[in-house]
Amino acid sequence: MIPANVAVQRPVDARLLVVDAAGCVTHHRRADFPSLVASGDLVIANDAATLPASLSGIHEATSCPIELRLAGRRSILARDVRRFIAVAFGGGDFRTPTEQRSLPPTIRPGDALQLGPLRARVRNVLGHPRLIEIDFDGSVEGIWEGLARHGCPIQYAYLGQPLAIWDTWTRIASLPVAFEAPSAGFILDWRVIAALRARGATFATITHAAGISSTGDPHLDALLPLDEPYDIPTSTAALIDATRRRDGRIIAIGTTVVRALEDAAARDGCVRSGPAVATLRVGPLTPLRIVDALVTGQHEPGTSHFELLRAFLDDEALGHAAREAEAYAYRTHEFGDSLFGANRNAKFKMQNAKALESFEGSPGSLAS
Amino acid sequence: MSEPSLAGLRVAITGGTSGLGLALVRRLLDRKAHVAFVARGRKGVERTCRERPDACGIVGDVSRKDDIHPIAIQVLGALGGLDVLVNNASSLGPVPLAPLADTECEDLELAFGTNVVGPFRLTRALLGALAASARDGRAPLVVNISSDAALNPYAGWGAYGASKAALHHLSRIWNEELAAEGIRIVSIDPGDMDTPLHSLAVPDADRSQLKSPDTAAAEIVQLIAAHAGSHAGALEITR
Repeated sequence: MIPANVAVQRPVDARLLVVDAAGCVTHHRRADFPSLVASGDLVIANDAATLPASLSGIHEATSCPIELRLAGRRSILARDVRRFIAVAFGGGDFRTPTEQRSLPPTIRPGDALQLGPLRARVRNVLGHPRLIEIDFDGSVEGIWEGLARHGCPIQYAYLGQPLAIWDTWTRIASLPVAFEAPSAGFILDWRVIAALRARGATFATITHAAGISSTGDPHLDALLPLDEPYDIPTSTAALIDATRRRDGRIIAIGTTVVRALEDAAARDGCVRSGPAVATLRVGPLTPLRIVDALVTGQHEPGTSHFELLRAFLDDEALGHAAREAEAYAYRTHEFGDSLFGANRNAKFKMQNAKALESFEGSPGSLAS
Repeated sequence: MSEPSLAGLRVAITGGTSGLGLALVRRLLDRKAHVAFVARGRKGVERTCRERPDACGIVGDVSRKDDIHPIAIQVLGALGGLDVLVNNASSLGPVPLAPLADTECEDLELAFGTNVVGPFRLTRALLGALAASARDGRAPLVVNISSDAALNPYAGWGAYGASKAALHHLSRIWNEELAAEGIRIVSIDPGDMDTPLHSLAVPDADRSQLKSPDTAAAEIVQLIAAHAGSHAGALEITR
């Protein structure tokens, strides 16, 4: 696969690799995603907007430049912006791949950081020289102003140009609590949402503070995903219940939606509404109680996103999908092509099987 | 007689430190709404925050592209979501007013930037939050402040009138398009008011003939309250 190096959310030639519950792979135009959705299905996306979570500044004890990438928070509450978990880098910018970014200066509890107009104090170093817990000084409004005006979205070395904040907001972006864009949601625009409704499907959202996808450091990446707060609206919980009762499918747009819904249902199989913190790490042994299919990006083996995919598809199907994606030069990363993966254990409803059959004839050859 | 509370209603107002915007901030806070307001000048924002510490003041210029997302982030951070957006900040274009033939292109651009493109950008940045409000059954509303100059061709009001006409029509089209999402967009002419903007346009106006911005604000708050009230508690699970 090749990295998608231009920050266009919905390129006209975006593609969708579909892996059905039996592990069969087909190739589609991503714009035809609504055709995969049937009457009675519920499509759920993460409506978190992306925070400008990259903050550059100075580590006061050493006067060394530092970049903090906010990566975790205690709750989803908008006013709870004082305390964050952050990953620290030394000097340099996004043009250096994170794997090669220098370590930050040695950080100790109590150290002060001046990040543009924001001032923060290190509470703890969390078992790794890059991973720290900080408290911002000042009023809640002042912290929001500092983040909004000084922060940049977390950048990616594979992109030719720096990302602007608007590149990272999905069409449905609402509360700014995601540390990186919930990029599977780039598949959606208002026309797609209208098309889903026109097919008799329902659209709903959750809000999930998506954490950072990788740090470039294998020891830190092994800790991902960190605990992530989320909120499930009452209306979404009710729609999930209604969809399950009528045997419709629940289609998650993005790994964050899977994590939130399965975390919420881990106790007794029911999705309750309200705020919570996802601690569940979805992997090959995680039983999927809620989600019947997932739309996500093209993920490389070894990443936490790929591990989550293994809950949906067995290794044989994933291997087949990876070979197809490689052979047909699918693009990876945030602005790349997408994958639609069915839960191998979900009952595959007749109506949906029919929808897929009629769909497979339509898009023509994409992989030329 | 006390009016019904708007507690829990999350409202953002641009141009909130003078004229109609400030009157709206006061009246909405009096009705217990949760209010964030935006204005260009930090001093004005701080002054209004001192008067009304229950409001969240945000410094930003809606005519600047780079200010839009920082404004949206601060609005959503302060309110935790959004139910009502009032695009009130306006530019006259050339001051003093000028016939179109004497209007500099940059002044025309400023009027359209502040009165059309700014509200368009800010509404778009906040549309996800408004749609989330609709899914929660809260009946989101965008109020675009227009003018009778949007409909009547007053000589000398070219940049202002043409830009308000564009905002008015943009509101009508967008309202049609967003009906399925449950988001209402209206354009309101508040009438000729005794505001700093009016005195810039017509310095020698007889102020006794002008409507007080507080009266206009009361009418708009009434409309906001009626819209919210007509949907209160009507949490519907619909497609």
